[in-house]
Amino acid sequence: MKQKRLKIESNRSLNETVYEMKLSGICGAAIRPGQFVNLKLDGLFLRRPISVCDAEGDLLTLVYRTVGKGTDQMSRMKTGEVIDTLLELGNGYDLSAAGKQPLLLGGGVGVPPLYALAKNLIESGKEVTAILGFNTASDVFYENEFRTLGAKVIVTTADGSYGTKGFVTDAMPETSSFFYACGPMPMLKAVYHKTNGLGQFSLEERMGCGFGACMGCSILTRNGTKRVCKEGPVFYKEDLAWND
Amino acid sequence: MERLTTELCGITLDNPVIPASGTFGYGYEFAELYDINLLGTFSFKGTTRDPRFGNPTPRIAECPGGMLNAVGLQNPGVEKVIREELPKLKKVFHKPVMANISGFSVEDYVETASRLDQQEQVGWLEINISCPNVHGGGMSFGTDPAQAYEVIHAVKANTQKPLIAKLSPNVTDIAAIARSCEKAGADAISLINTILGMRIDLNRRRPLLANQTGGLSGPAVFPVAVRMVYQTAKAVSIPVIGMGGITTAEDVIEMMMAGAVAVEVGAANLVDPYACKTIIEQLPEVMDRYHIDSLRDIIGIAGKE
Repeated sequence: MKQKRLKIESNRSLNETVYEMKLSGICGAAIRPGQFVNLKLDGLFLRRPISVCDAEGDLLTLVYRTVGKGTDQMSRMKTGEVIDTLLELGNGYDLSAAGKQPLLLGGGVGVPPLYALAKNLIESGKEVTAILGFNTASDVFYENEFRTLGAKVIVTTADGSYGTKGFVTDAMPETSSFFYACGPMPMLKAVYHKTNGLGQFSLEERMGCGFGACMGCSILTRNGTKRVCKEGPVFYKEDLAWND
Repeated sequence: MERLTTELCGITLDNPVIPASGTFGYGYEFAELYDINLLGTFSFKGTTRDPRFGNPTPRIAECPGGMLNAVGLQNPGVEKVIREELPKLKKVFHKPVMANISGFSVEDYVETASRLDQQEQVGWLEINISCPNVHGGGMSFGTDPAQAYEVIHAVKANTQKPLIAKLSPNVTDIAAIARSCEKAGADAISLINTILGMRIDLNRRRPLLANQTGGLSGPAVFPVAVRMVYQTAKAVSIPVIGMGGITTAEDVIEMMMAGAVAVEVGAANLVDPYACKTIIEQLPEVMDRYHIDSLRDIIGIAGKE
């Protein structure tokens, strides 16, 4: 964990509720795909955990949806403002497990953390397929960003207004060497029950501290109690015991 | 620095700042950031006889000036704490540590406390009779003077180390509970634990926390804590450790003027992992500003004639 004061370089909307914020000042931090940062926002007591979309050189990219006070406040922040940030939080994805043809499954704001993952995997010569699921055409973001990286991209929308109609599980190929999934719990559970393949899930939970001190975000796994913020947020499929 | 030292049940602390139980784990996360030996001591995660997962999530909610938690005493159980956590802790923390203990019956408390009493690293036993987030134990012992007496008396009879009774603010007469603990043999009192609270999710129209209620902490509770520390320090002759919403060196001084010999810092650690280090570093300068030579000079000064 590191604490840094990051400066907002840009903050733009990608659609009605999703924003992309770029911050500078991460130089010296070792950020892995699947990790998150924890932001101290003025007037709010607890920090706000946001998954890392990309970290390159001195620049950190966060893509977030406005779901409450904190993210709403973030969406109104301006270039040049500074945010006290805790970095290098969580375990991140296991890139060594990817195999030749990894499959990336993202739903809604579960898509952003897969971006840095796709980038890393493609750089190491993997053939990446990314299935990005949204509710409707106007929700779709980052399709071109994934294509530009060189990933094979399939977009699904629940209402069929863009791409393949249905959920990410409806577009899943028969086989993949390994999958990485991030999205809302119903999507993760659908993936969990549909595939026999090996993979990892990135989970979300309300957090107190985000660095392992408060036990606010604990879950029960096959290997005992784990903190989503510390031993997670990424868990191997075999560690999760989801019956519902 | 001599002017920051304070005395807690015969053990001298380099300074009065003690991270509170449940906000500092076993210290490892913080030891990655700074040398935690600069703390007075710290109170490690509340320990019970058996391992506990705690409550379902969500366990955390926010409010203006603070937060609610309903963790529910998640811990690996006393044997695993002794076998795994204490040896690991020994590598990063070299001062006597405070063992925080919870239970669901008098026997639970006695068993857990007597196991931890035998550990060399442990300097004090902090008996939590004030957890608001478990049912059929915890706070129910700390809201009735007779039950508080029973637990503290039984633990005292079976342990050697200084005993600190950690009290709940969810009572009408804190002085009566504190006196009862003193009579039962407590060597010190610590307070306040969290204040029982609740939030409701407007979208779901249901309590936000899975446990429905949770304990309020953070700056929002600070004035309540100062008042109760003041009342308790007046009611008993044993030392009082003040806690509840402390975030700055000024807060430490205020709490000590109310009657605390030392302070515990809780929620602040979760927001700023350097909170305790910063407070300790800022104490001398803030003391200068208020013409305080030594912290020992101001303990309880607000209540003196």
